[in-house]
Amino acid sequence: MFAAATAAILVALSLAITRAIRGPTVFDRVLAGNSVGTLAIMLLAVTGFLTGRPEFLDIGLTYGLLNLISTLAVLKFFRHGDLAYAADDEQRS
Amino acid sequence: MLLTLLAVVTMAIVRQRSLFGVAILAGIYSFVMASVLIVLDAVDVAMTEASVGAGVSTVLLLATLHLINSTETRPIRRNLLALFFSVGTGAILVWGTLILPPFGTPDAAIHKHVAPRYIADSVKETGIPNVVTSILADYRGYDTLGETTVIFTAGIGVLLLLHRARRRGRAVDEAEDRG
Repeated sequence: MFAAATAAILVALSLAITRAIRGPTVFDRVLAGNSVGTLAIMLLAVTGFLTGRPEFLDIGLTYGLLNLISTLAVLKFFRHGDLAYAADDEQRS
Repeated sequence: MLLTLLAVVTMAIVRQRSLFGVAILAGIYSFVMASVLIVLDAVDVAMTEASVGAGVSTVLLLATLHLINSTETRPIRRNLLALFFSVGTGAILVWGTLILPPFGTPDAAIHKHVAPRYIADSVKETGIPNVVTSILADYRGYDTLGETTVIFTAGIGVLLLLHRARRRGRAVDEAEDRG
């Protein structure tokens, strides 16, 4: 059961990486990176249950936060061309 | 399987011309690497890899991309000597792994030297319930002190450089205001 889930996650991981490499636009790559992070969390959880130690689920929470941070940074960079746009605007005005 | 994906992502990073795509692919690489480390049962290292590789370095790479151009303009030159040296170094490293004991062997040399004493006596000698913490903070205390000194020195250096750059920028601004 868990082995089948692991295999399915690995297939999904390879599909997401294919999209990240071939993706014609930036948003394809951002979305693929986000889903790779999510799949890493799922792989962590399923591997924990597969080896009989589900204590690693807490680390999945940390991964989720990191995934959010990097996706937010990428999108903010793409929207404003800068990571600290607010401070710059305040200084200029 | 995961290692194959790692190799594929690495090739993609090398061949990718848009540095923005490289930043995202590097984040993906870190998550795949963290999964490999989890499969190898090194969860703490995997967590460090994910936080530093996927979280912090993506942000740092993007902040650097803001300062420079986001496309790599230099054409690819094929350097056969570099290829020869990297393949040779890799072959030597693979040859070195041949004499290592198999993965997870309990009677390997690394598990015979000081590890039994750490496991048996660390609570009695240091009073710390966590064996890993007792090794890092007590048995290898000087080692950890050295590492902390290196990181502290690097932090001081970065702070000094940033402070000087900011003061110079302010001086230029004041000169422009007067002129």
